[in-house]
Amino acid sequence: MKVTIDNITIEVEAGTTIMQAARKIGPEVAPPAMCYYEPLKSSGGKCRACLVKVTAGSEKDPRPMPKLVPACITQVQDGMIVENAINEQVIETRKGVVEFLLLNHPLDCPVCDQAGECHLQDFSFEHGVASTRTVEERNTFEETDLGPHIKLNKNRCILCYRCVYTADQITDGRVHGVMHRGDHAEISTYIEQAVDNDFSGNMIDVCPVGALTDKTYRFKSRVWFSKPVDAHCSCDKCSGNVILWYRGDEVIRVTSRKNEWGESLEFICNTCRFDRKKTSDWTIEGPSKISRNSVISANKYGANLIRPAFPIQHAAQNFKQIEDDRDRSFLNIPTSLPAAEK
Amino acid sequence: MKILTEHIDVPNIETIDVFMKHGGYQAVTKALKNMSPDEVTEEVKKSGLRGRGGAGFPVGMKWSFLAKPEGVPRYLVCNADESEPGTFKDHYLMAKSPHTLIEGMIVSSFALGANTSYIYVRGELMYVIHILEKAIQEAYDKGFLGKNILGSGYDLDLYVQPGGGAYICGEETALLESLEGKRGNPRNKPPFPAVKGLWQCPTVVNNVESISATSWIVNNGGDAYAAIGEGRSTGTKLISVSGHVKKPGVYEIPLGITVEDFIFSEEWCGGIRDGHKLKAVIAGGSSVPILPAELILTTANGEKRRMTYESLSDGGFATGTMLGSGGFIVMDETTCIVHNTLTFASFYHHESCGQCSPCREGTGWMDKVLHRIESGEGRKEDVDLLVDVAKKIEGNTICPLGDAASWPVAAAIRHFRDEFEWHIEHPELATKPGAVYMRPGASWSN
Ligand SMILES: Cc1cc2nc3c(=O)[nH]c(=O)nc-3n(C[C@H](O)[C@H](O)[C@H](O)COP(=O)(O)O)c2cc1C
Ligand code: SF4
Ligand code: FES
Repeated sequence: MKVTIDNITIEVEAGTTIMQAARKIGPEVAPPAMCYYEPLKSSGGKCRACLVKVTAGSEKDPRPMPKLVPACITQVQDGMIVENAINEQVIETRKGVVEFLLLNHPLDCPVCDQAGECHLQDFSFEHGVASTRTVEERNTFEETDLGPHIKLNKNRCILCYRCVYTADQITDGRVHGVMHRGDHAEISTYIEQAVDNDFSGNMIDVCPVGALTDKTYRFKSRVWFSKPVDAHCSCDKCSGNVILWYRGDEVIRVTSRKNEWGESLEFICNTCRFDRKKTSDWTIEGPSKISRNSVISANKYGANLIRPAFPIQHAAQNFKQIEDDRDRSFLNIPTSLPAAEK
Repeated sequence: MKILTEHIDVPNIETIDVFMKHGGYQAVTKALKNMSPDEVTEEVKKSGLRGRGGAGFPVGMKWSFLAKPEGVPRYLVCNADESEPGTFKDHYLMAKSPHTLIEGMIVSSFALGANTSYIYVRGELMYVIHILEKAIQEAYDKGFLGKNILGSGYDLDLYVQPGGGAYICGEETALLESLEGKRGNPRNKPPFPAVKGLWQCPTVVNNVESISATSWIVNNGGDAYAAIGEGRSTGTKLISVSGHVKKPGVYEIPLGITVEDFIFSEEWCGGIRDGHKLKAVIAGGSSVPILPAELILTTANGEKRRMTYESLSDGGFATGTMLGSGGFIVMDETTCIVHNTLTFASFYHHESCGQCSPCREGTGWMDKVLHRIESGEGRKEDVDLLVDVAKKIEGNTICPLGDAASWPVAAAIRHFRDEFEWHIEHPELATKPGAVYMRPGASWSN
């Protein structure tokens, strides 16, 4: 069937969602996703980051849909017309979603291990406004350990439920994952039951923010100072296909490999993730493909400058006026930009 | 004209013998012996009966959407979770006359071809659950439930399920999750329950009052029901009245009487308590927009507003409201609208399930801002901020709780903005105990 997204028409199979169709076209038209995670059954529909406008339901019934719909769980109909980045209402609503997700978020990026590969940072940079309207006290929760290797910081959690679905998927029987309601809801300690599992570490990889972090990697490095390398080993529990994150000669972290949407290609086991931290444990394949737009790809592979020139250049090209009186960002003052690297 | 509450004050009407003496269970006999399921559905369609749980969706039409694949069970689930502030009609009906609901459940289940049905009762109402269970046992003993009911070949088992203890469990898909033994999180729709409901099977969810009306419709015919009421608002409606009227309580009214009559006549609420004046009304439970006295009594076109789905919503949200679930909250001039709005905002903040970000975060935000305004720490920009937050929640959430949380805030500001501003500009006056703003020249001020 045919579907048109932001004026680009594409042919897809029945049962495809708007999100899948948009991703097929490319990142320019793909809506942001903070909860949807294609490999996880029943994920999506919660964060509302991906709301889009359907201006024509289908060829047969070309009426527009009355409300914005979540792209990640709405199936396309033949002749459907969707507006994402070109729709004013969508853009406005998304600003609201950013604001809601940041409302109780601690904004402790400077001490957060996820900074630099955080989907909430990307989402708010691309779709949010730079000023805040809230003066309310933020809700806080106690930090917990989920087993010996995983730290849960509920203050950063955006309740995407991805870890809950991961726990559901890797353990037999239902693991009830959220306690309480509303903005006092929290990922529950019942997840600890799932943590006694060889694949529990994947909850770290699926977490879009820094709520679940790897304790063996905690505070070791900023992600942009480390160098990702594809490697494999022969493992009897998982495929053994991983990314090794190097700082100097030291493997400081092991993660799964991800697709261009940040989704794990395969779940890896805890032995590979937490215990195989020597180069001799692995067969190295070569540098990992990291998006040019990511801060991680700054000054990698031969560049000996520490200064992350590329992201600043990128930011300068796309820069928006930042209206935050409390703190004048250097991004606002073009003259302070480092000379562009040729 | 009384349909649901005609015999409600008869002593021992909760027992099956007394209930049957007053015509009870005739509809079961009539439907199962003389009618086909489709004929029952047809009568309900003709009656024009609309869902009494809040949205007012035509019951017969909902039934006809039920998917009927071969070999897959279908379910009828009665929504008796009634937790909306201001609404207490189902509670009253079930506690006083449980067989009215059970009889309706049997004829409705028969119409839908359901062999197992559930009544999901608000968990706090344990005594009502006991009353229903006792009544169900009586119905089994008389052969109105169980296998081969009245020799018709139709089987039905009826269960009562105590609710999960959350307002959100009244939202139909959250209810189904809870009934399945899970956390009461609303589902994304589609698929709708009519296609994939309980245990992923086709399911109809209806309110207590909707289901209870079906036995009268079977007995008297859909046309007789449609003859009561006005236009597309047919039949009678239970209204639970609370607040500053002389006679609060539950009333069964024929749809179509004027709001003025309902509030002021001796037959119904008996007027505002002595020495006070009507200031505002929330006509359909806490979720619907509040209206000031002049707009609840007359529409913007100057017509007398009537108790019907259409008349109450006349003018849209700009000048109208909704019949909702019939929770009629009346406020006199001693009521502080800011305080009232804060109470509701706190309720929705407490009850949001927390799945989707606009509702989870937005309800908490509105609650905190209103709390500041109420306690004298409001900022000038807070009023517009509240309006904007409400707007960003509305329509963008998984279930209608998000809308239900944003409408009361938006409506209170729409009609009583001066009261919010007064709180912000005069915190020293507004925070005095019992302080209420009097709008100069308003019908309720002195
Ligand atoms: C937050 C929320 C709470 C609700 N609570 C109830 C309730 O307690 N009782 C009820 O009958 N309907 C309730 N509803 C409406 C139901 O979702 C559903 O529309 C209704 O049960 C359908 O029955 P009806 O068509 O007979 O009205 C609620 C809806 C929402 C969004
Ligand atoms: S709107 Fe509120 S109550 Fe409904 S699903 Fe979303 S968070 Fe839960
Ligand atoms: S990504 Fe679609 S709602 Fe979260």
